[in-house]
Amino acid sequence: MTPERLNATFAALADPTRRAILARLAEGDASVQELAQPFAMSQPAISKHLKVLEKAGLVSQGQDAQRRPRRLEAQPLAELDRWLENYRRHWEGNFQRLDALLDELKTLNTKPNSGK
Amino acid sequence: MNDAGKLVVSAHGEREIVMTRMFAAPRALVFQAYTTPELVRRWLLGPEGWTMPVCEIDLRVGGRYRYLWRHADGREMGMGGVYREVTAPERLVSTEVFDQPWYEGEGLGTLVFKEHEGKTMLTTTLLYQSRSTRDGVLKSPMESGVKASYDRLAAIVEAA
Repeated sequence: MTPERLNATFAALADPTRRAILARLAEGDASVQELAQPFAMSQPAISKHLKVLEKAGLVSQGQDAQRRPRRLEAQPLAELDRWLENYRRHWEGNFQRLDALLDELKTLNTKPNSGK
Repeated sequence: MNDAGKLVVSAHGEREIVMTRMFAAPRALVFQAYTTPELVRRWLLGPEGWTMPVCEIDLRVGGRYRYLWRHADGREMGMGGVYREVTAPERLVSTEVFDQPWYEGEGLGTLVFKEHEGKTMLTTTLLYQSRSTRDGVLKSPMESGVKASYDRLAAIVEAA
């Protein structure tokens, strides 16, 4: 994943409305009108969010000229997911060792005259 | 082993990474494990094969810390920073700078230890100075190279 693409993905996901739009599109394609319905927002406001998502490559437009359904594009999200998963794995290994160490410290602390 | 919780990592905005994790121990112990060199070097190691020959901590506002990791194959990775806030056992704020050129600029780490019924919820917020600093994490030699997975797609859409 290029840094530019990762930046665009991070920026696009920073907004709760845009995350909600993506969650809706994960269930299936939808027109701007359909996407606007659950939000207390005008269609132009939704279109503005869609532009950001399209620029980040997260959403594409379908062929139907009348409805112009929007579609979720999985690739950038999968790349971001991989990035976060690497981060998570790195830390999970550390935290599992920390769990074991904390168990050991707790045992020490419950012994009398252990000093702490 | 214990009922410690699962690690949740999420991206907040463009420059922040937030991790939450529950530990089955009081926060005084978790704080101690995070700030005592002989304890830190036993767990803050990353993937297999890395040890921590240098771990120095001067735990006071303005005090410095210094970590150096070494892999069995000879690779080294170092980082350090300055403590900005030290409120034992509930809050720790420090800067972080890596020695390696893939990590430009500085990060700011804020650790909040919250205790509930003998367990500790730790929230770690890493605020990177720039997007390129955040991206430096991508190039870390510690990166484990996990393959992309589409399975968690729905989860990340909801959680990101």
